[in-house]
Amino acid sequence: MSTVKLTVNGKAVAVDVEDRTLLVQLLRDHLNLTGTHVGCDTSQCGACVVHMDGRAVKSCTMLAGQADGASITTIEGIAKGDELHPMQAAFRDNHGLQCGYCTPGMIMSAIDIVQRHGGQLDEATVRTELEGNICRCTGYHNIVKAVLDAAGRMKVSQAAE
Amino acid sequence: MYQTTYHRASSVDEAVSLFGKSSEAKFLAGGQTLLPVMKQRLASPSDVIDLGKIKELQGVELSGDTLTIKAATTYYDIMTNADVKKAIPAIAHLTSVLGDPAVRYRGTIGGSIANNDPAADFPAALLALGATVKTNKRSISAEDFFQGLFTTALEDGEIITAVSFPVPAKAGYEKMRHPASRFALTGVFVAQTKSGEVRVAATGASQSGVMRVTAIEAALKANWSPAAVDGVSISASGLLADIHGTAEYRANLIKVMAQRAVAAAG
Repeated sequence: MSTVKLTVNGKAVAVDVEDRTLLVQLLRDHLNLTGTHVGCDTSQCGACVVHMDGRAVKSCTMLAGQADGASITTIEGIAKGDELHPMQAAFRDNHGLQCGYCTPGMIMSAIDIVQRHGGQLDEATVRTELEGNICRCTGYHNIVKAVLDAAGRMKVSQAAE
Repeated sequence: MYQTTYHRASSVDEAVSLFGKSSEAKFLAGGQTLLPVMKQRLASPSDVIDLGKIKELQGVELSGDTLTIKAATTYYDIMTNADVKKAIPAIAHLTSVLGDPAVRYRGTIGGSIANNDPAADFPAALLALGATVKTNKRSISAEDFFQGLFTTALEDGEIITAVSFPVPAKAGYEKMRHPASRFALTGVFVAQTKSGEVRVAATGASQSGVMRVTAIEAALKANWSPAAVDGVSISASGLLADIHGTAEYRANLIKVMAQRAVAAAG
């Protein structure tokens, strides 16, 4: 057992876990943050993506100990109170989900994509960059639309800040 | 995953010392291969020693005609590094088509070559560019380093610290990606050194891991152009065959990927 200290959604936490605990298990089983999903458990589907120090990573492919000292943001941490994050709002408005299982990972990856590409984002780039996130319902069409829509909204909201 | 004990090393010396105190330790860098393997219970190290936060293993240096990438530098940091893009853009391209964005944020060059997966991308770059693997004990040429499937010249407890690449005159890498795993079904790295030597390496193709393709080297030495590869014949003997492709299919892919890589290298 080890004590892992990290910041999750802005809150400092210290959790006693077995050393073999994955970051996703720490989030879901110890902190009850079940918005982050486990889909394939083989690093391919991206349902478990969270941000670690601002980078979108697969939390099923990290030991909790590797995140010691890091700042983690999960799907629960991106809205401002009742106001959805622009990416969440765009997924809702564009019907970018059906069953919703992949959505938390899609949204966390998509925010990272917009942050890396800023205003340079086009449809081909979104499709290529989403290759680590698998959706079995939508055919991706509305997800791509949502990401492009959100990219515009995030630019506007950044400009306003 | 079986029980294990996690250690975070703050220096290479500390990592070596932790390794010596453990019964069956494994070094962990980005963990994008080791952790999936541990989750499948195909590996059960008593201890994992995390090298990911060791400062001396991070970063890229360009000095004259040598590009040195420290072992725990992530694919993302390699792909976006200005010196890499300037000196050997083919390496920046290789990292940009490796895995997916989340994997690229975590996976490292040292982890890729230490594992020596027969379909990994970086081994082809090291072999084609004539790179040198630096460890905490010695320097090893790429030829001597890769010794077959998942086998390298590394000794127990030896840690890769960096990889040094001679800057080539021209280089290119193209691969046929497996659409789900994103590993190379076959990938080919072509390089023309500043002294005019041509070196070509293929990954994902051979049953014995990354390999030089001397027939294509000879053709490109005579005429550096995609068309020069047309007449080359590649034997399917010793090539991988699986549900994704036959040995003959991979033999043809070696030619096609080499042609695309030459076209990309210019």
